[in-house]
Amino acid sequence: MHTPADVPMFPLRIHDLHWHAGGRAVLDGFSLELGGEGITILLGPNGAGKSVFLRSVCGLLQPDAGHFDWGGGPRPEFGVTMVFQQPKMLRDSVQANVELALRPLRVAAGERRARAQAVLERVGLAHRAGDSARGLSGGERQRLALARAWITRPRLLLLDEPTASLDPSSVDAIERIVREIRTEGTRILMTTHNLGQAMRLADDVVFIDAGRVCEHAPVQRFFARPASTAARLYIQGELPWRMAF
Amino acid sequence: MNGFTLAFSEALALLIGFDHRVAEIVLLSLQVSGLAVCLGTLVGLPLGACLGVGRFPGRQVLVVILNGCMGLPSVVVGVVVYLALSRSGPLGELGLLYSPSAMVIAQTLLVVPLMAAIARQTVEDAWREYEEELTAMRFRWFDSVRVLLHDCRHSLMVAVLAGLGRAMSEVGAVMIVGGNIDRSTRTMTTAIALETSKGDLPLAVALGLVLLAVILLLNGLAYGLRLWAMRRYA
Repeated sequence: MHTPADVPMFPLRIHDLHWHAGGRAVLDGFSLELGGEGITILLGPNGAGKSVFLRSVCGLLQPDAGHFDWGGGPRPEFGVTMVFQQPKMLRDSVQANVELALRPLRVAAGERRARAQAVLERVGLAHRAGDSARGLSGGERQRLALARAWITRPRLLLLDEPTASLDPSSVDAIERIVREIRTEGTRILMTTHNLGQAMRLADDVVFIDAGRVCEHAPVQRFFARPASTAARLYIQGELPWRMAF
Repeated sequence: MNGFTLAFSEALALLIGFDHRVAEIVLLSLQVSGLAVCLGTLVGLPLGACLGVGRFPGRQVLVVILNGCMGLPSVVVGVVVYLALSRSGPLGELGLLYSPSAMVIAQTLLVVPLMAAIARQTVEDAWREYEEELTAMRFRWFDSVRVLLHDCRHSLMVAVLAGLGRAMSEVGAVMIVGGNIDRSTRTMTTAIALETSKGDLPLAVALGLVLLAVILLLNGLAYGLRLWAMRRYA
């Protein structure tokens, strides 16, 4: 019952989003257009509005102004899901946590089990299916969160810094899974502060500063010739310091 | 031997000899309170969880009322149930007054707010933790309630135990609607009150010891379950 492939979702046009918190404009005229394929990496300093933007795309918060145009229609009921920086797991087994994502889709119990086993195999957690999800390491937990999103076969997957605080081998495993998900046709929108990761994964990069898009460019061009001063300073590692002081 | 020691030794003799009066009273108490807590669990826990997850106008007023009802005086509940079940009351035709069923109704009314209030707080805390995940997965609020009730199952044992404690230690309401009739509606608490006033301290002490033992046993089981769950689910 997930969003059928013929329900239009792309291009996703985001028009002039505004969102305020505590008197501060977190999104301040945010506009963006996304096609239906590839991995888009959102870069920008802390507080630029990346996570808030992802949450607004997911429908977790309503912007004060602006709107989304999902391939010419409203937001589809299913087909968009999100993996958080610190995913929360139920007090249950790994298998049960993955199956959980299929319950809103009204998938039958037998199919839920089969699909969960298959996806756990693909993220390398099949041997831990019966273990408590809360006993997993940070890297395993993030792989489980990806499996929980992947099992729903989303059309658009939102990843909010999925490799923050992970060791290099865990980062490598997550990146491999993200590439596999993309290969199956899922559109991916991901935030990160890891510029190397952005270069490895991205087809295009969106640079955000002060709640608006400063630059949207193919990955090679973005890193070779950033068009905005803010993006150039960020790549050079100066912008975060400027923002902090 | 002083009166206190004498009462205790005779109480122990009643228990060791498996006195049929004690057994009857204990069995009825467990049946009435057990059934009331089962009904309270079926009604109170989902009610509390719905209040913990749902966001609707008037919710905060309901939460305040629910919390206030945790301290509902049992004699007030007893009088209300008495009036409802008495011959001229709206449910008089059912003929339930002075029966164990009337006691179950009164105890259920007492434990539902208590269990619901504890469940509301527990589930609301869990909802704060899971809200974004479940919403991103497109769970509807009612499905979220079911997920959170299951996830909080070990913590909600506290609500069930609190309900059981309230039901088993309750005197006023069951005395009013049950009538404390021998071999019919006499529970441990009403019997203790009656036997103490009559001066039959050994029976009162024996029933008191059983009451304490039951509550300690159930708390021990719940504590063990929580320890197991903490180890199992990290």
